[in-house]
Amino acid sequence: MTAYVVRRLLMLVPVFLAVSVVIFLIIHLIPGDPVDNLIKIGSGPEQRAAIVARYGLDRSLPEQYLIWLAGLVRGDLGTAIVAQRPVSTLIAQALPHSLALGGLSLLVSAGVGIVLGAVAMRYRDGPIDQAIMGGVLLGSTLPTFWLGLLMILLFSVVLGWFPVSGARTWSSLVLPVLTIGLAGTALVVRVTRIAMIEAAQKDFVLLLHAKGLPPSRIRLRHVLRHALTPVVTILALRIGWILGGAVTVEVVFARPGLGTLLIKALNQHDYPVVQACLLMLAMAVMLGTLVGDILQAAIDPRVRANLK
Amino acid sequence: MGLLEVDRLSVGIGRLTLLEEIAFEVDRGEILGLVGESGSGKSLTALAIAGLLPLIGARVTAGAIRFDNTDLTRLDESRLRKFRGRRIAFITQNPMTALDPLQPIGEQVDVVARLHLGLTADVARSRTIEILTQLRIPEAATIYRQYPHQLSGGMKQRVVIAMALAGEPDLIVADEPTTALDVTVQAQIIHLLTSLVRERGLALVLITHDMGVVAQCCDRVAVLYAGRLAEQQGVNALFATPAHPYTHALIDCIPKDGMARDSLTGIAGSVPSVAHFPPGCRFHPRCIGRQSVCETNVPGATALPGGVVSCHFPLNGDQRHG
Amino acid sequence: MTAAASSARPALRDHLVARAFRTKTGAIAGGWLVLLALAAIFAHVLTPYEYDVQQLSAAYSPPSLSHWLGTDEFGRDLLTRILYGARISLSVSVISIGLSVLAGMVLGAAAGYFGGRLDRMITTVIDLSWSFPEILVALILVAIIGPGVTGTMVAITVAYLAQFARLTRAQVMAIKSETFIEAASGLGASHRHILFRHLLPNAITPVLVSGMLATGDAIILEATLGFFGLGAQPPTPSWGAMMSSGTALLFKAPWIIIFPGLAAAITVVSINLFGDALIAGLDVRSRPRTE
Repeated sequence: MTAYVVRRLLMLVPVFLAVSVVIFLIIHLIPGDPVDNLIKIGSGPEQRAAIVARYGLDRSLPEQYLIWLAGLVRGDLGTAIVAQRPVSTLIAQALPHSLALGGLSLLVSAGVGIVLGAVAMRYRDGPIDQAIMGGVLLGSTLPTFWLGLLMILLFSVVLGWFPVSGARTWSSLVLPVLTIGLAGTALVVRVTRIAMIEAAQKDFVLLLHAKGLPPSRIRLRHVLRHALTPVVTILALRIGWILGGAVTVEVVFARPGLGTLLIKALNQHDYPVVQACLLMLAMAVMLGTLVGDILQAAIDPRVRANLK
Repeated sequence: MGLLEVDRLSVGIGRLTLLEEIAFEVDRGEILGLVGESGSGKSLTALAIAGLLPLIGARVTAGAIRFDNTDLTRLDESRLRKFRGRRIAFITQNPMTALDPLQPIGEQVDVVARLHLGLTADVARSRTIEILTQLRIPEAATIYRQYPHQLSGGMKQRVVIAMALAGEPDLIVADEPTTALDVTVQAQIIHLLTSLVRERGLALVLITHDMGVVAQCCDRVAVLYAGRLAEQQGVNALFATPAHPYTHALIDCIPKDGMARDSLTGIAGSVPSVAHFPPGCRFHPRCIGRQSVCETNVPGATALPGGVVSCHFPLNGDQRHG
Repeated sequence: MTAAASSARPALRDHLVARAFRTKTGAIAGGWLVLLALAAIFAHVLTPYEYDVQQLSAAYSPPSLSHWLGTDEFGRDLLTRILYGARISLSVSVISIGLSVLAGMVLGAAAGYFGGRLDRMITTVIDLSWSFPEILVALILVAIIGPGVTGTMVAITVAYLAQFARLTRAQVMAIKSETFIEAASGLGASHRHILFRHLLPNAITPVLVSGMLATGDAIILEATLGFFGLGAQPPTPSWGAMMSSGTALLFKAPWIIIFPGLAAAITVVSINLFGDALIAGLDVRSRPRTE
């Protein structure tokens, strides 16, 4: 298992390099002189020279990339143009907030989604199923930021239950998590329900019934367990999707985090920060896939067998 | 009166009738072969006996399934569960898909004894290993901890049989237990099932489309065609003097002397689907001896010396080998 | 829908769309989409207001008879802006997805049909971008191209490309092995003939249906970019940008946010329901994966 995790981590290296190349190139693909994209407007020649020296901008592109990558490995993400502080400091401030929001949303989506999916499957085609699937349709189609704004309007402005924005208290997490969670839950419900319906038609389920096991036990211990494999796969694949939702929701709720940092930097053309944020999000996506693979191996002995 | 008595059983889904007035009996120590081409209603009959029809949305519409003097069709689900796996065991067609791939073998066998016989985990475990050993599974203690994907098809089918035996059943319903296996393994499994019946006095309903297997091990045979019983006889009488033209054709399909016959596919045409059952005798479109009455009137059951046949013009001894 | 109508085999496609319209949800959803499209096209005839003329005396009017959906912070009629916004949102989404479907089909068909190294190259890139959420891919592109309608369109086109390429590739690979293709190549048909006469026509229906569903996602993506201030720039009204400017006014004039969002929500739900109705008319084998 440890060997597998190590191998999977190594497999991520080329993916990481490919993504880092794309993100590195942003500076060079934007119209204009890269120096201008890395420095405050109206900076003097000495400052320009310092930037050129620091990023090796007078050298060839591959060399520049290696300099940049070496910086990354050392944890040097450059200096924010607007804030004039190391980007790593900004990221370090934002990351815990995003991790809390993303992680909690993921847990809520998975937990609520699996329960509702199993309930919908149990009462398939009945009114309960239809109600749940109707909610799923709304949850998966409504724009996340709009949903967030409506939540603020209802729960913060009209009812006054939760703070409107910010991240000072735990209660400020409730609405953002609910907003992201609805979309994530919708996805999990759909996958769980379909996967359970498919699993219930398998041969071995017939035999479980023939053994005289109670139907509820068959559903929970066997059918649901089988359905978890695709659920974990989808969750792992779409972990970035949930993080994407987190970006939007952070902006809506004015919470500190990678998303707010990214959008602000994009609007301010603060490219070192943009690069760092995108890199962090991409890494989260990659690690999410890894966690999904490991979970899958934990659930399914056949996957474990293939590892050896 | 046999251990299991299927009495004029009809089964339907929605408004369609899939099985019509099926009747046969099996007693302890006896093997009943249930034969017919695919689509004849064999598997459905098996599901009906095991009380699993609701799983596919079907239900018993008429008749009775009497097991040890209890009519199973009148029991509710929870009381039926006391029979299933305990007194009536079920073996499905494909051992490759019959076991839960996510659960170790041993637990899947254990659960039957723990559920029905109230054994503790430890006792159930040693008993499972004992059964696996009896079924000539090598290194049963190792197999016990393994997952289904680590076993061969023949081994898996033995595990399925072990699951069936774990509840100490009186009746086993085996739905084509060897179809998915290699020829050599087939023979082993059939031999295993036969010896279980003879040694333990179990009753076995063996569903198969292989007339060779039937000739080899069955005591009685019920032939189904398109959801109706065509003929039921003792195995020797059936092979010596088949009364129904369909039975005759089935027997004719057996490859003899290791040589495949011209018409291994047997009879021209195939079993009609439920929606397209013809009027009259359902076999008449494929029957060489059909008369006009066959196209309009459903044949009633005619008693034979040791059985029953549903045909307007049952074959007599002279014709039977023509 | 636009994509579906412009297909190579009108008889079947009309049949499919017509069948979708005959179901109850299909009719309601399709009806809304047709109505919205017409209203967007004829916005300048339908409303007495201009979308960009400010009338500060009427700012923050709640919904009333003269302004059915109220006015924004500059006194501009919200309904008018929503209709003009529909022009931007719908055309950007439909055109981008159209381009995305086109490019995705070319890549997917090439990869699936020719196989080998070309397939591996395309598949690697496609899988890489597919594992990242569309919003992230879009943000990277907007970072490069810069905010605005062009940036949004490129971002949407690229963000969804992987989905269509994967689907086309899978379809082409599945159909390629079928006998009539083997027969055609056995008869000496050219690559182009096989690809355009046999493979693509058979792969196109599921791709178009998933393109239709993706158009709904694209509307949301467009609105999200607009909400971040990265989409169409003021004074051009887009649904996302309208809601963005409304955020600060959530307490004062919530209708500025509620109505554009409602328009987007109903449209996206309609697209999904209509897509479902279309899928129900397809056979199981060619059903596109929606997850």
